[in-house]
Amino acid sequence: MSHSRKLLLVGGLLLVVLGMSYGLYYALFDEHQTLESITLSLARSFSLAAGKQMEPAGAALDAYAAAKFAYVREVDVHSHWSGLALLLILFGLIFDQVTFPERTRLYLAAALVAGSFLFPVGVLLQTVIGGLLPKALAAAGAALLTLTLAAVAAGFARRGG
Amino acid sequence: MHASARPAAGGASPVAATRAFPAQGARRLLILGGIGLILAGMIFGDIFAVFVLHQNAGRIGAHLQAGVEAVAAGNAAAAEAHILVIGGPGGLLENRGTKVDTHVHIIAFGYIALLLALVLPYVALPEPLKKHLAVVFLLGATLLPVSVFLIYHVGLAYSPLSSIGWASILADLGGLLVIIACAGYLTGVWRHLRSGRDAWRAEVLLPERSGSSRTLLVGGTLLVLIGYLHGAYYAGVHLYEHEARDVQLLRTMLESAAAGNADQASAAVNAYGGLQGEKAVHIAAHAHIIEFGTLALLLAFVQPLVFLSEPWKRRWTAALLAGSVILPVFVLLELKWGLVAGGIADVGGLLVIIALTAMLIGVLRHTGRLDAGKA
Repeated sequence: MSHSRKLLLVGGLLLVVLGMSYGLYYALFDEHQTLESITLSLARSFSLAAGKQMEPAGAALDAYAAAKFAYVREVDVHSHWSGLALLLILFGLIFDQVTFPERTRLYLAAALVAGSFLFPVGVLLQTVIGGLLPKALAAAGAALLTLTLAAVAAGFARRGG
Repeated sequence: MHASARPAAGGASPVAATRAFPAQGARRLLILGGIGLILAGMIFGDIFAVFVLHQNAGRIGAHLQAGVEAVAAGNAAAAEAHILVIGGPGGLLENRGTKVDTHVHIIAFGYIALLLALVLPYVALPEPLKKHLAVVFLLGATLLPVSVFLIYHVGLAYSPLSSIGWASILADLGGLLVIIACAGYLTGVWRHLRSGRDAWRAEVLLPERSGSSRTLLVGGTLLVLIGYLHGAYYAGVHLYEHEARDVQLLRTMLESAAAGNADQASAAVNAYGGLQGEKAVHIAAHAHIIEFGTLALLLAFVQPLVFLSEPWKRRWTAALLAGSVILPVFVLLELKWGLVAGGIADVGGLLVIIALTAMLIGVLRHTGRLDAGKA
């Protein structure tokens, strides 16, 4: 088996376990708390606004926004890791049909694996640290993925031509 | 529809084909179970979209409006209660969220089942253990979505925990079963890699270089690529703006209601509903086009096991790819064309379901032929 296929298969299988384990951890220890935080913050903001306490109502809305920001990204990480893992394994099974030399295929495989780990990590880091670094990581991972996917599609299409 | 008189399993002898796809074997269980799960998930998604999604959104809007009116009236308890009806335990968002989770997880597990079936020749474990793992996987893949569906309906009844009901506990158990099965197969792959056997080349994954397989490979990769490009566009252009607008509209609702400006508060409620719709169609289009792309890639491998003539395989492939484009494109167009686009999107989904059912029938015919030959 070629190195590119091996890299994709092992990377994909590890990513499946990582994505599912993260999903299980998230469902057990984080999701309920985050959803509760979203709802309670919003309910508190409405309750406080009804009592004309606009400043604390605004603060409760900020807490709602922060919890929702985290929730969206945490769910995204789970779904993207799992989805990308499937894609890596699939490509791992048929990567020899991408009509490029093995060295190029190895670079493409490495870029696919790196992008698949990096992009969700960047998204997850946005919930932990602020600033540009997590966004840059996520953007770099996504760019790596889309460019590599385009190359893989071209590789398959050449075969079809 | 005619079955072509070609060799079984794409060129393999009938005996070899039966050995590669044994009756009651792990591979057959995973392929039939996988396609069955995907079909069940898609049909569930259609039923959910028609009978639950819009009605639920309407009720959320009504409670939000009532909450804003309670703020205007200075009734703090009522304002809070309306929000809790939307987002609290057993609330409308839980109703929607658990249905979406059910739909997504059934289909995702179907994909993983197909994938495991493909990887199975590279799993160095005894066949009985592979079969046990397949049963454990399919059990978990069924238990999790069914339990998630029940979360909203069962609530905390008879639960030993204060905030997590029995349905959630069973859903987590289902997830654990899936993880155990995947970890078992992963161990088998690891053993295969360590054995040094180069059976990877001997195992012919795509024995037929048929038009349908190749079209599904190229089409699937392009669909995934388009899905990621759309996702990148959404994240770069809309995501942060939508999040900011979400909070800003809520702030406008509260400030306008507290100041007695009912019209402005109601306008903000309506705009908030529109924003949720905008977010939902982008996310649905992104998710569906990638899902369909992955499905097309997986089905490329299954084609040698579909006992239909090549022209019919090509027709079903074309139907599947057409539906895979129609659904997400017209989901996006719902923002401009409303229900007309929604109806066309549903037709796209139906095309995918019909094509998948036809392929499942083709696989069943293949298994029937192999078993009859063996007998």
